[in-house]
Amino acid sequence: MTAMIEVDDLSKTYVLHTQGGVEIPVFADASLTVEAGECLTLHGPSGAGKSTLLRCLYGNCKPNGGAIRIHHDGAMVDIARADPRQVIEVRKRSMGYVSQFLRAIPRVPALDVVAEPLRAIGVPLDQARQRAAELLSRLRIPERLWSLAPATFSGGEQQRVNIARGFAARHPILLLDEPTASLDAENRAQVIDLIVEAKSEKRALVGVFHDDEVREAVSTRLHTMRG
Amino acid sequence: MNTSQGYNFAYLDEQTKRMIRRAILKAVAIPGYQVPFGSREMPLPYGWGTGGIQVTAGIIGPDDILKVIDQGADDTTNAVSIRRFFARTAGIRTTSRTEEATIIQTRHRIPETPLSAGQTIVYQVPTPEPLRWLEPRETETRKMHALADYGIMHVKLYEDIARFGRISTTYDYPVLVDDRYLMRPSPIPKFDNPKMHRNPALQLFGAGREKRIYAVPPWTSVRSLDFEDHPFEVQKWSQACALCGSTESFLDEVVTDDKGGRMFVCSDTDYCQRRRDAKEAAE
Amino acid sequence: MSPLLQVSGLTRLYGDRVGCKDVGFELWPGEVMGIVGESGSGKTTLLNCLSARLEPTSGTVAYDTREEGLTDIYAMGEPRRRMLMRTDWGIVHQNPRDGLRMGVSAGANVGERLMAVGARHYGRIRAQAAEWLEQVEIDTGRIDDLPLTFSGGMLQRLQIARNLVTHPRLVFMDEPTGGLDVSVQARLLDLLRRLVTDLGLAAIVVTHDLAVARLLAHRLMVMQGGEVVETGLTDQVLDDPHHPYTQLLVSSVLQP
Repeated sequence: MTAMIEVDDLSKTYVLHTQGGVEIPVFADASLTVEAGECLTLHGPSGAGKSTLLRCLYGNCKPNGGAIRIHHDGAMVDIARADPRQVIEVRKRSMGYVSQFLRAIPRVPALDVVAEPLRAIGVPLDQARQRAAELLSRLRIPERLWSLAPATFSGGEQQRVNIARGFAARHPILLLDEPTASLDAENRAQVIDLIVEAKSEKRALVGVFHDDEVREAVSTRLHTMRG
Repeated sequence: MNTSQGYNFAYLDEQTKRMIRRAILKAVAIPGYQVPFGSREMPLPYGWGTGGIQVTAGIIGPDDILKVIDQGADDTTNAVSIRRFFARTAGIRTTSRTEEATIIQTRHRIPETPLSAGQTIVYQVPTPEPLRWLEPRETETRKMHALADYGIMHVKLYEDIARFGRISTTYDYPVLVDDRYLMRPSPIPKFDNPKMHRNPALQLFGAGREKRIYAVPPWTSVRSLDFEDHPFEVQKWSQACALCGSTESFLDEVVTDDKGGRMFVCSDTDYCQRRRDAKEAAE
Repeated sequence: MSPLLQVSGLTRLYGDRVGCKDVGFELWPGEVMGIVGESGSGKTTLLNCLSARLEPTSGTVAYDTREEGLTDIYAMGEPRRRMLMRTDWGIVHQNPRDGLRMGVSAGANVGERLMAVGARHYGRIRAQAAEWLEQVEIDTGRIDDLPLTFSGGMLQRLQIARNLVTHPRLVFMDEPTGGLDVSVQARLLDLLRRLVTDLGLAAIVVTHDLAVARLLAHRLMVMQGGEVVETGLTDQVLDDPHHPYTQLLVSSVLQP
């Protein structure tokens, strides 16, 4: 088994300077390991810091202490200490992220939003668009929407574009933050399929799943967090 | 000849002439480089050749023979009065014959008769700075000259071609002197540009209002700027001079009546006259 | 591989007043760095010092020249510095009128840099100018028009074409979308994003607009009172700001 993510003694406290320097501790001494081919679910009540931990793994949130080692190019990179350039490389080739909401870019059509992670690692335009088209049809986004910018899409459509984008480049590590929150049953089933497929391809996944059905269908293991 | 009383030889005082000669020496040493000099008030307005007159006054000696032309003609007001000015203040001989003159002061032309070694041609210059049209700052144009940073000069030629299909600049056409300094040849027609290249005569340029002197020493390379696919070309006329029949000289259009009548004649009056004299003699 | 730009201890004082103080960072090929902060925070002073237009009071700016590797740009001679500025670098001014020649045609504006580095074939210069106009989405039928007849967004795109024609490796941009309508801004941002990615350009973008920074920059430098108070990955700085000033800046943005 290959450890794809190793987290040691991670702690995070938000300090709100604009509100008199109030300190909000989120979690402390979090440790976990994720192996290739498994899907670890972060579990716990709301406010337990699941999303924050996920964001720390992606380098979007800076922890106060501890280490986050991510498997990249055959070595472990400590995301908590890596410089921006390194984090960008890790994100390009080793670690994907599906956020709760799509951050739409003006004027860029849905097809290219999904193809972008592939373009970033040098996949030719045609091939990248072809893969993007497969994912979009799998997630049941009507073809007439592909050439439009997702800013005007419904919440559910935006989220499916977001999921397609996250799965496009087949990163060895994928982080999922409530990917199915605004989806109906059929689309949820498609996402479950995608996750199961990723596991079978020996990719490592970490997720926060609000939905019991999804969690039970995809989780290899639970990592329980207390508020 | 009668000289005016109370003036120094050639009007300017000796210190001023020394200052001008020092500027000329520097200009000759750095072909095409504009040397600042302390331009004096002259007894004629700016734009009438104050720069050229000061250069001529700086170099003229009692044995010199002076020719002055304006647009190629020896008999226009400006040419006549400058000739008379030196005749009266220096007592020197004047002439209208190109090959006879030792100094030729000119506005807007180079004579058709080829110049020879030992002669000096003095150009009257209104605006000496070739880069001025696109760069108004003197500090910047000086820096551009220092660094031979002349690429943008082609922007002007580019604009010509884009707008008219060819380089439409016809006079004061920019040249590169000795493959180093960009220079304005003064408003001579570009027809005359090739005559500047490796000319055996010394070519001096004086700008009175702008207080600059520059020079092209004998036998110096003078190249007109152009593009590979739009090479430099001079004007051509479909007809010959109506008076002397020359097909090789620069022609002026002269309107002869108010019914549209016109003729083309040599702008160089001396050249035209010599040819007519020779034809007459042959007949 | 070495950084494209290596900056250390960069300080610029205006008498007693601090323009920028003790700034240091490395910029790598293909990296886009945003400098954010409010007006008067020293962003533009810093940009001018970095782009060889304002000599710093102390500190060094070294650029990875093609011939000799990292070289202090203020120690090299003026001819080399000028050559650098018109070949390897691009400078996009906030007001396109500062970066364009308003009296000559769009084609000549784009072709100027080519002529400045020795191009002497009219046909080829014109063809390249047309190609770049197309790249920045300006109708090539307007190649002979004066910029005076262009809209604000077109002028900014023309300025970008003029800078990119020599394939620079590093572009400095000062509020590239400032003064444009939002819809025009979106188009320009999209264009800049595409060009930066396709050409592998490194860029330093000064902006007070955090949305612009998020869209264009890989990493951010937050300035306050001439000093850098926070740096990091763009989304990390904006989503999890640590310094009190950055928190204030992020929380002050109106979310439409």
